[in-house]
Amino acid sequence: MFTETPFIRKKKRNEVIAKCFFGFMAAAMVIPLFLIVGYIVVQGAPAISWEFLTENPRSGGAKGGIWAAIVGTFYIVFFSLAFSAPIGVLAAVYLNEYATENWFTRIVNLAVVNLAGVPSIVHGLFGVGAFVYFANFNDGKKSIIAAALTLAVMTLPVIIASTKEALSAVPRQFREACWNVGATRWQVIWKIVLPNSISGILTGVILQVSRTAGETAPVMLTGVATYKLLDSTGLFLYHPIKDQCMALSMHLYYIATQANNVPKATPFAIATVLIGVVLIVNAAAIAFRVYLRSRKKW
Amino acid sequence: MTKKIQVENLRTFYGTKEVHHGISFDIEQNEIFAIIGPAQSGKTTLLRAINRTLEFTPGTKMTGTIKVDGEDVQKTRDVYGLRRKIGMVAPLPVGLPLTIYDNVAFAPRSSGINDKGFLDAHVEKCLRQSALWDEVKDRLDSLGTKLSGGQQQRLTIARALSHQPEILCLDEFSIAIDPVTTMRIEDVLKELKKEMTIILVTNLVQQARRLAARTMFLWNGDIIELDRNEVMFSDNTKDKRTYEYVNGIFG
Repeated sequence: MFTETPFIRKKKRNEVIAKCFFGFMAAAMVIPLFLIVGYIVVQGAPAISWEFLTENPRSGGAKGGIWAAIVGTFYIVFFSLAFSAPIGVLAAVYLNEYATENWFTRIVNLAVVNLAGVPSIVHGLFGVGAFVYFANFNDGKKSIIAAALTLAVMTLPVIIASTKEALSAVPRQFREACWNVGATRWQVIWKIVLPNSISGILTGVILQVSRTAGETAPVMLTGVATYKLLDSTGLFLYHPIKDQCMALSMHLYYIATQANNVPKATPFAIATVLIGVVLIVNAAAIAFRVYLRSRKKW
Repeated sequence: MTKKIQVENLRTFYGTKEVHHGISFDIEQNEIFAIIGPAQSGKTTLLRAINRTLEFTPGTKMTGTIKVDGEDVQKTRDVYGLRRKIGMVAPLPVGLPLTIYDNVAFAPRSSGINDKGFLDAHVEKCLRQSALWDEVKDRLDSLGTKLSGGQQQRLTIARALSHQPEILCLDEFSIAIDPVTTMRIEDVLKELKKEMTIILVTNLVQQARRLAARTMFLWNGDIIELDRNEVMFSDNTKDKRTYEYVNGIFG
């Protein structure tokens, strides 16, 4: 017969207290998210309309919509990932599949880790020096390409890290089995490793879309203007090298702090659109991952 | 008898830890050569030194010479050809995340053979040799990783045979499969002996006794004794430790 001694009773009580305490802390981290998103959406949703999304800003942003900023954000995200995704993925394949432990790989890994820790404003200043003045795409003026490259440098270490993780999730014994039958490293990478890690690689890249879309400081210095409309004739007509563009993040900063006579709801509406874009992209990444995981081969 | 593999004064290292302390022996053509010995005695490392996959582990090093067909493996100009000459079966079954067919066709394809007619016949031959054909012939396009452990082990053997090796190395092939299948594969090995040289690393002393002509007792990176099975499994071993290990007194 089981009898409850005072010691066991105390143990049980402590167990309940500990579980509640840790559970409360876990729940607490959800609260800020709901408060932030809820507050912004409630304030901003009424101001969002078809016209707000598809019209260009007028009167210094006080009236009209945010179409130019939406398009500009897409431009920057697209060109930035066009640079960082291939370079990052290929570098990660080298580091994970080919490199052995030596001074070269140690330096590369050190660079990756430290690059990830550099504040974004410092990346912005670097971008000004390297891409606006030194590379000089646009006669020493800011340009979309300079902003995209700056963000690419910023996102590279994260893409390298996430790709490496996806690659190393493919068990080593698969590689060894292939080496044993006389396959080269490249044959193993192409036939076995990449097909089975592509879901993780793409998820890591897609998640950088939201980060790229949200950054303000680096693009403000290198390629984003407070007010730069699209060509009056068309929709997607920024010139990636000759033009600066608007961007949602920068527009939000400008409207919220610098512009005059702006309706109170407008900044919240911009923030809602920005959050919406990020959430849609992240949700797509998660759905994609779930789909590919259902087809996992081992 | 021609010498298929000649090992001379082999020393191997993981970092600063020495695994083999200068061992020398020969393996003859078309013999089944068994290697027995307790864990950590360097059996697997020896196989990996022969087909030069040891170098995929960072920090490993070897000195001395290993010759396959008289050619020094350290100096060969075609390491992929060397590895194809040697079929390697690891202790734990590895089904590649490909279909059963592609698992077996992987090696021929990676050496440039894409002829469908040849591959079809070849896949069937290898799967028959490894006693797996009857169980999988109707689902060659299902995943190799979804087979049972014992089936995957036979798939691994089929893959090792798929590049038509002259030497077959089996590293404790039977630890993941049932006794009936083990006996079937042992019969296969007796057949294969006619066309290839077989190195059998095993923890089952009786398996070495059943199959091999000669057995080598490896212990802590040294050859304690290497002789014909009649001697190794008799009461007259040269080293007392061999007798004790074979009869389960130590090890």
